[in-house]
Amino acid sequence: MPREHYLNHEFGIKSWLLTKDHKRIGILYMLSITFFFVIGGIGATLIRLNLLTPYGTLVSAETYNKLFTLHGIMMVFFFLVPSVPAVLGNFALPLMLGAKDVAFPKINLLSWYIFIAGGSLELWALISGGVDTGWTFYTPFSTTFSNTNVITAALAIFIAGFSSILTGLNFIVTTHRMRAPGMTWFKMPLFVWSTYATAIIQVLGTPVIAITLVLVAMERAFHIGVFDPRWGGDPVLFQHMFWFYSHPAVYIMILPGMGVISEIIPCFARKSMFGYKFVAFSSIAIAVFGFIVWGHHLFIAGISVYSAMVFSFLSYAVAIPSAIKVFNWSATLYKGSISYRTPMLYAFGFIGLFTIGGLTGLFVAALGLDVHVHDTYFIIAHFHYIMVGGMVMAYLGGIHYWWPKITGRMYPEGWAKLSALVIFLGFNLTFFPQFILGYLGMPRRYHTYPPEFQVLNVLSSAGASILAVGYLLPLIYLLWSIRYGEVAGNNPWGASGLEWQTTSPPPPDNFAVTPVVTEEAYDYSKEREAAFV
Amino acid sequence: MAAHVDYFYFFMLLNFLFFFFLVVALVLVFAIRYRRSAHPKAEQIHGSLLLEIGWTVIPLGISMVMFAWGAILFFGFNRPPKDAMDIYGVGKQWMWKFQHLEGQREINQLHVPVGRDVRVVLTSMDVIHDFAVPAFRVKGDVIPGRYTAVWFHPTRPGTYHLFCDQYCGTLHSGMVGDVIVMEKDAYQRWLLTGGEGSLAQQGQKLFQQLGCNTCHRNDSQARGPNLAGLYGNPVTLTDGRTITADDNYIRESILRPEAKIVAGFQPIMPTFQGQINEEQVIELLNYIKSMAQEQPGGPVKTSPNSPAVPGASGPAAGTR
Amino acid sequence: MSEHSVSVTEPAAHPHGMLQHHFTDMEQQKDAASMGMWVFLVTEIMFFGGMFAAYLVYRYWYYGAFVLGSTSLNIWFGAINTGVLICSSLTMAMAVHSAALGARKALIVFLILTMLLGGIFLGIKAKEYYDKYVEHHIPGENFKFDSMTMPDGSEREVHVDQGQAQIYFSLYFLLTGMHAIHMIIGEGLLTALLIMSWLRRFGSSYYTPVENIGLYWHFVDIVWIFLFPLLYLISRVHHV
Repeated sequence: MPREHYLNHEFGIKSWLLTKDHKRIGILYMLSITFFFVIGGIGATLIRLNLLTPYGTLVSAETYNKLFTLHGIMMVFFFLVPSVPAVLGNFALPLMLGAKDVAFPKINLLSWYIFIAGGSLELWALISGGVDTGWTFYTPFSTTFSNTNVITAALAIFIAGFSSILTGLNFIVTTHRMRAPGMTWFKMPLFVWSTYATAIIQVLGTPVIAITLVLVAMERAFHIGVFDPRWGGDPVLFQHMFWFYSHPAVYIMILPGMGVISEIIPCFARKSMFGYKFVAFSSIAIAVFGFIVWGHHLFIAGISVYSAMVFSFLSYAVAIPSAIKVFNWSATLYKGSISYRTPMLYAFGFIGLFTIGGLTGLFVAALGLDVHVHDTYFIIAHFHYIMVGGMVMAYLGGIHYWWPKITGRMYPEGWAKLSALVIFLGFNLTFFPQFILGYLGMPRRYHTYPPEFQVLNVLSSAGASILAVGYLLPLIYLLWSIRYGEVAGNNPWGASGLEWQTTSPPPPDNFAVTPVVTEEAYDYSKEREAAFV
Repeated sequence: MAAHVDYFYFFMLLNFLFFFFLVVALVLVFAIRYRRSAHPKAEQIHGSLLLEIGWTVIPLGISMVMFAWGAILFFGFNRPPKDAMDIYGVGKQWMWKFQHLEGQREINQLHVPVGRDVRVVLTSMDVIHDFAVPAFRVKGDVIPGRYTAVWFHPTRPGTYHLFCDQYCGTLHSGMVGDVIVMEKDAYQRWLLTGGEGSLAQQGQKLFQQLGCNTCHRNDSQARGPNLAGLYGNPVTLTDGRTITADDNYIRESILRPEAKIVAGFQPIMPTFQGQINEEQVIELLNYIKSMAQEQPGGPVKTSPNSPAVPGASGPAAGTR
Repeated sequence: MSEHSVSVTEPAAHPHGMLQHHFTDMEQQKDAASMGMWVFLVTEIMFFGGMFAAYLVYRYWYYGAFVLGSTSLNIWFGAINTGVLICSSLTMAMAVHSAALGARKALIVFLILTMLLGGIFLGIKAKEYYDKYVEHHIPGENFKFDSMTMPDGSEREVHVDQGQAQIYFSLYFLLTGMHAIHMIIGEGLLTALLIMSWLRRFGSSYYTPVENIGLYWHFVDIVWIFLFPLLYLISRVHHV
């Protein structure tokens, strides 16, 4: 391990809370989102416990509604949206580009503080009294009928949105202006492409949810009438505005994960990425197309048949770039030399589970079928396969992949593999039965349900308990490894990429000498020293 | 109709299984065949334009089939047959109230005859609900401020779940009921057990009670448009627009009369918002529908999502 | 890109123009700052865009009510404000130009002029809001749109669906209110620029904040250029 690096060159709480180092900021985010993940996870635990019986005996209906709202808001806005970008992106992006930091380090720190402010306010709203609108805040329930802390919750998300916007802005400018000499766009790692595409969505989409939430708050406080039908307002207009952001938001919640997979697979297959340019452009395509499909959340909300058809058509179009990625990842494995280290196991899991999630997306993009499965557990299963089976697995894979770079230590491989397996099995047991439940008709957000649905619910809850264990394990062994893990060395994986050319952990300014890039991305044609692969 | 959805689902399932197992097989086979111990040196392959085109175009083609099939089904959902029988429904926190044209009312239960096309015209008294009958594979949001509709064709007598499928507050999961499909004669007998007279007759009583007939009449003392023969026919407004007098227009004219003023009349009609509830509006609506036709053409049958105006998406849009 | 050598123009007179440690040279730093401001302005377009979208949708549905609402606004105040803002963009551009020339006194004068013009705008806006308050056209409990004050001072009766009219005014206050908030923030930023100019922080080799805040000011101006016709000018009805 190097004598001086970014973790030990300054000590004390001030050096962390006033840091401008993107690496430390990444760690600040990592701790914060883990905290919010636990809160959201507690919500999920209580939900699944309540659903063990059909009669809703664990919690009251009011509490249940507040629980699923808490779960959704925490997981979407305070875990998934920041996860890979703010943690892994912050840490790795400048390193991958050969830069000393992001373009605006002070704004980066400000982003984190804004995130904490929004998160704290949200937590307060959710716990002191709660919010029962669901994370979707549909009107007129949220504006006129709910008796809970809607305005506070909405404003907290508004605040947190600025964090997302500023992070995205920072990443865009960094990618454009701070690449090392020789790094052309097509020599950049694919993680950068994904993060860049995500940043575009963050920058363009988040302001729209901001103004939408302002309108909800105004409506609730002053009854201005814009979403209230009694005053001529249109409650469905809210849905259009909400989903105009929230659909691209789901791409914020998967694109960075795809970027992580694009880093892991070439490294652990010792091969350059098959179809690099296609994978790069597919990230941009997903970002662009992601903005024009929001209406598929409104198929049964009373929109015209013709606009529904347009949105359905476009929803199939947006699926294609994701399919291209999956095929390219698979093709990268062909004639590779494949290692089964933990990051690669997470990548395998991602491919399988994301494929299920994505293919079930085709079901719901179909108008005739969405009518039946809309607002049922089928939808819940669909998006959890992508967000949890996909994104969370990718996040964990990325954490394990870059752990040696972040901490200078290796995690314990045996425990890591076990956790990955437990997570994979627990996840499938939790969510696969939900596809069946949904097709059979069980509605979502139901505190009680007809008894014939119980068996599947019990299976799902059992899976959730296994999944919880799977998530706890990394928390423990990763912490353990910081002190007792094996020392990693600069490039334990023998990976390509500029971040592996510097020490583990890196010095505060990332590189002793600014690198000059001459190789193509993912150049595994030459032998690389790899102690741990 | 439900069967058609299931055939489509089966097609989707086959596609899913094919592509899922394809990807899994490829990944597993490659991961095992080319594992480090068996294949120590990787072969650097950068790409293949042919493959890229292939696995772009083929999924796109299959997607288009899925899209088209789904769209055709959806059109069917949105075009109830012209001779469908209407039942009116009002969703409110947290119950369903149904009104049959013959006057029968029910709460959280919906009796329908087997073998007939049934169109349920719905509105909400408060928040957005959703009328869902999984057994029939149909659902539709129930929105305050306008009428939407869901239609189905029951094929087997029995009792089927009715769910509210749009989160609507505390007892959302309690807003469930039963759709009871009966043999045709059993249904006719059941209809006779209601006592108040038909929906249109109830509407007529209300029309007089509220004094609507003092302005809406057929003689020189009329201060409002004559309603006989109005329903389903075009109306010209003071701003020059011509719209069709559909369910939404009639409802809006009762609750927010200043929104659309008929050409040649003054904006003097008082609003009845707050004085009558949605069920009473439905009674008045049916009375107005029943009034003698002065012009040929008859009532317009329309798409479920806006019962009178295909493609409308405004809260009370007249026409598009 | 970063293959350029370090800039050789004269350094800023004060340490504030120093190269930040993560940039390779001043040009990269300046480019990054400009790009950052442009990206930020794009987010502002999306923010206002959401409101514009809501306005356009409701205007289409409730055209009659919106025309009446628009007629009830004072077109003279709106027009004067438009002229005032355009002039303020001119003075802002002159400020940036002065900064580029290193002309400190001119820079300060133009910044002050810009702030004054912005202040006039906000003052007229406040008067307009007050007039709306007096006429009960502010959405909420006391909203009643049944009459409006004509330019000659006379009262004119209005018959329109109150809900539709209230939505017009809600969107009017939301749009102009958001715009005014951005103006106030702009005044704050200009104050900071004024102070920095007074303290000789800028010179011809470093005036990036002036440039970027100038961009922001121009953007706020452009938003108004869209707001004015959409809110004040649609099919104004002059006769009963």
